[in-house]
Amino acid sequence: MNADASVLIVGAGQAGVQVAEALRTLGFTGSIQLLGDEPHTPYHRPPLSKAWLAGTLDAAQLVMRAPQALERKNITLRTGAKVAAIDAARKTVHLADGSTLPYTGLVLTTGATPRALAVPGAQAQGVTALRSRDDASVVAQHLDRCVEQGRGVVVIGGGFIGLEVAATARKKGLAVTVLEAAPRLLGRVLAPVLSDWYARLHRSHGVQLVFQAQVARIEADAAGLVCGVRLVDGSLFEAALVVVGVGVTANDQLAAAAGLVCERGIMVDVCGRTSDPFIVAAGDCTARRLADGTLLRLESVQNATEQAKSAAAALMGQERPFTATPWFWSDQYDTKLQIAGLSTGADEWVVRGDMAADVSASSFSVFHFRQGVLLAVDSVNAGKDHLQARKLLDAHVSPARDRVADLACDFGINTHANHDEAARAY
Amino acid sequence: MANITYIESNGQSTTLQLNEGWSLMQGATANGIDGIIGECGGSCACATCHCYVDEARLGELPAPSEGELAMLENVAAERRPNSRLACQIKATAALEGLVVHLPETQE
Repeated sequence: MNADASVLIVGAGQAGVQVAEALRTLGFTGSIQLLGDEPHTPYHRPPLSKAWLAGTLDAAQLVMRAPQALERKNITLRTGAKVAAIDAARKTVHLADGSTLPYTGLVLTTGATPRALAVPGAQAQGVTALRSRDDASVVAQHLDRCVEQGRGVVVIGGGFIGLEVAATARKKGLAVTVLEAAPRLLGRVLAPVLSDWYARLHRSHGVQLVFQAQVARIEADAAGLVCGVRLVDGSLFEAALVVVGVGVTANDQLAAAAGLVCERGIMVDVCGRTSDPFIVAAGDCTARRLADGTLLRLESVQNATEQAKSAAAALMGQERPFTATPWFWSDQYDTKLQIAGLSTGADEWVVRGDMAADVSASSFSVFHFRQGVLLAVDSVNAGKDHLQARKLLDAHVSPARDRVADLACDFGINTHANHDEAARAY
Repeated sequence: MANITYIESNGQSTTLQLNEGWSLMQGATANGIDGIIGECGGSCACATCHCYVDEARLGELPAPSEGELAMLENVAAERRPNSRLACQIKATAALEGLVVHLPETQE
């Protein structure tokens, strides 16, 4: 691509900003327009359910890049710009305001949308998901109201977002109930042994956990404000704020309507290329088919940034596959969970550290193996284990189980001259 | 408020005025200083905001937490006695004029 080229980026979140900057790093000199449908300059999402909600960050601190910083890189940011359609044959994008923009390369970083709760009353005021800055403002306002009125919070869905909100609400002294449809917390991402530990953590902080909870409807008062959640079994949980965290769906509608192959997300290869040679995609809006046939959808900051770098390279005609080990983190109370790898399909797990200790003093990692091969490591307040695990997983080196279980033993790859030697040593 | 000077590995020097309570990472990323990544947004979870603090003033900073020390053990560039994570250093008036050097690589 040359100086006449023009790249349009649809979506100004983590992935969108990263693609824009990666293009400049790779020496792209054409025009870059970053289109965001929200009114805000690009911001960090992770703190929304944590430090920002707790009130320890101000709004300016959420900003990912100040507008001037983007201008210096000759990246044109347009906020409040909604895309209505993509014409892949003509290589144009139609905006909701009626204008049309041509492109030589198009980047889709459209993100994801929280799943709505399909029950009566879900439209009541005080019922919200938490994805955007505006969502977070709604949650924050209602949390303040809960504090003033001495009323409680119900979280529907025991996933990361829900549990982070639960922890923040407990820190404010509010009564919190988490309603989870499955028999355990974080069932989609964590092995049962960790789900149990997280249940212990939240109970120790006074959160009421209800499993296999089937929500029948949301109850509202005469003013239309939420006042509780009714389950199918008839039980009622009173609340002045209901936060719904029951997953997201990829924003692949624009891509699908333009004829791109989509399957629970915009299908991309390992370099972020879609089924259209002039369109790449990155972040939460994407899905990828692995060699074994499974569909991989990752919703994380790392996936957004790494796919973005790959997608930018692909637009420049370069191969930069994203093959690094997936990693995630979650902050709840004073506990930091860091996950390296994907534990799905594990047949054995080994604990390093003391998992049975008082939850407030815990520091441990759970190593997941399948037929002796390390798949993933979940670390709680054990950042060193996490970073070493990522190096092992990136190098496809599996430590011996007894070595991992022995706290006196260094299991990392750092002490070895190279990967081959490390592999032999094990 | 404090003026903080960031010196990137190529010698590029930028001085930013940070509000009280802002982390050195937030100031750098918001203003597009490329030598700091801050992938996790400042949660002390990724070790990509590694910086070298002016040694003469190292003692003025609050000591690193256990979490920060764990992350520092695995930074991409060389770890030195004055290595810190920029997300864990909060601007205060006392830090006026602080100089931090940024490593060649963060990942």
